[in-house]
Amino acid sequence: MKLILNVNELTKKFGHLTAVDRLSFSIEKGNVYGMLGPNGSGKSTTLGMILNVVNPTAGKFSWFGGTQSTHQALKRVGAIIERPNFYPFMTGAQNLQLVCRIKEVPKSKIEEKLELVDLLDRKHDKFKTYSLGMKQRLAIASALLNDPEILILDEPTNGLDPQGIAQVRDIIFKIAAQGTTILLASHLLDEVEKVCSHVLVLQKGKQIYFGPVTALTTDHGYFELDATDLARLLKALEENKLIKAVEQQGALVLAYPNETLEIETLSKALTSKGIVLTHLAKKHKSLEEQFLTLTKKNKA
Amino acid sequence: MKRLFLIEYEKLRANRSSRILIGAYFILLTSIALIAAIKFDIGPIKFHLAEQGIFNFPYVWHFNAYIGAWFKIFLAVVIVSMTANEYSNKTIKQNLIDGLSKREFLHSKWVMLFALAAISTLFIFVVSLILGLIYSNYNEFSIIVQDLEYLAAFFIKLMAFFGLCLFLGTAIKRSAFALGFLGIWQMFEGFCYGMLKWKSPEWLNAEDVYRFFPLNAMSNLIREPFSRLSAVRNLADQVGEQMTKNTDVQLLDILIVSVWCYIFYALTYRLLKRRDL
Repeated sequence: MKLILNVNELTKKFGHLTAVDRLSFSIEKGNVYGMLGPNGSGKSTTLGMILNVVNPTAGKFSWFGGTQSTHQALKRVGAIIERPNFYPFMTGAQNLQLVCRIKEVPKSKIEEKLELVDLLDRKHDKFKTYSLGMKQRLAIASALLNDPEILILDEPTNGLDPQGIAQVRDIIFKIAAQGTTILLASHLLDEVEKVCSHVLVLQKGKQIYFGPVTALTTDHGYFELDATDLARLLKALEENKLIKAVEQQGALVLAYPNETLEIETLSKALTSKGIVLTHLAKKHKSLEEQFLTLTKKNKA
Repeated sequence: MKRLFLIEYEKLRANRSSRILIGAYFILLTSIALIAAIKFDIGPIKFHLAEQGIFNFPYVWHFNAYIGAWFKIFLAVVIVSMTANEYSNKTIKQNLIDGLSKREFLHSKWVMLFALAAISTLFIFVVSLILGLIYSNYNEFSIIVQDLEYLAAFFIKLMAFFGLCLFLGTAIKRSAFALGFLGIWQMFEGFCYGMLKWKSPEWLNAEDVYRFFPLNAMSNLIREPFSRLSAVRNLADQVGEQMTKNTDVQLLDILIVSVWCYIFYALTYRLLKRRDL
């Protein structure tokens, strides 16, 4: 795997406040990374540091193995942070032209990227006349001008209306499908869940999880059950050695297995005891639930 | 270098108010030539300003450099807003993210300052040369090329002043406040001079200290040209006043202003480097 970014013990203090506390992670080519955390957990500050606009208090980071200076490396990166920042008095096309000059890429890409984000017909209008959704799409076009090796998005759907959110998401899916490495910071969990293969979870500047989404929780899912005779079902589950915990939630019984347990195995075991099931389903926690468990655990 | 210049050039060109101000500035620089049109013809009194020797070589270099420097305030507005807007639009952040280094960002601004100062100097040179060739009483080559150091002083004066504007725009981040601060700074220098004259001990000459203040040093580069005019001298002689003022460009002043110029550059870079965006 080709290493794109390596972050080592990165720290940022604003006076007394430690906004980012000894963060270490690395980003490899081809994966889609999500950066999760509530507002104020240090996501934007972390991105600010790796993007050369915030000076780290301590720690190091290196792009592409550290062979280039940060600003040279950033020419191979595409990034949008918070609001789209462009020159209001320039047209969309002029703004992109300036970005081409800074990134030292040919201007021929402008049309192609404007088409991707569906802004071709507005390219000669001034940036200040754009709606927020259009501004955000222009920002995406701008970040893609150099066909970046990694695309960094910070809250790309923030403040957009449902239609705008859907458009931006579609674009992200399209880019992810092309195999571009993406680092997506968001507090919207379903946004991350839909596209990311790996997550970095932050809380109050501290890293509380980094790894594949699938390994975020170590448990083996859980079962939802219901039976005509609830008392017998509960008794049978408690006696079953493969089940470590049983709880009742509303009309349903939730059973947590010790190890990976197939749905047929459980069903057979219960039927052999003469229990007639009216409901049986295997469930996994959603990213949201996993995230809440994780942050709660770390608060304690 | 060309890339940095073009980056800044594209930003300026797209901004209408900058375009208008820069245009107005160069029109005003050229308008020095209009002084030649000042003519009074009231019966027996015939007065034509251009015939009074103000466009004589080499005096014309001094006179035009002095007058031309007044218009620099137009460019001050452009330069201050050139950086302040980068902050208010947060485009400086985007520029850095896109792969411009902080030093490159600063250099793109300074290359533009250099270009503006150089073109201004060229304008003054051409306007003065033409006016001189038309009105000067002496047109020998050796006289024409005398006193050209006033143009060098003009260039350095503009560079330092623009550097100060860029620094203020970066430090204060708001165009109007930065320009206001420039006015306050001018008053502050005057105040310090007054205090020095009034309170300084005997061994300390107020003038000597005042000479090192940035704005005063810039104004000292090209001292007023009027006392050099023969008409003014004659008048002074008549009222029994001795005019012994030295109005030459002094090497020490050039040195002081050059150092200030570098200080403004270095301070701006330091500020850019340390500040989180």
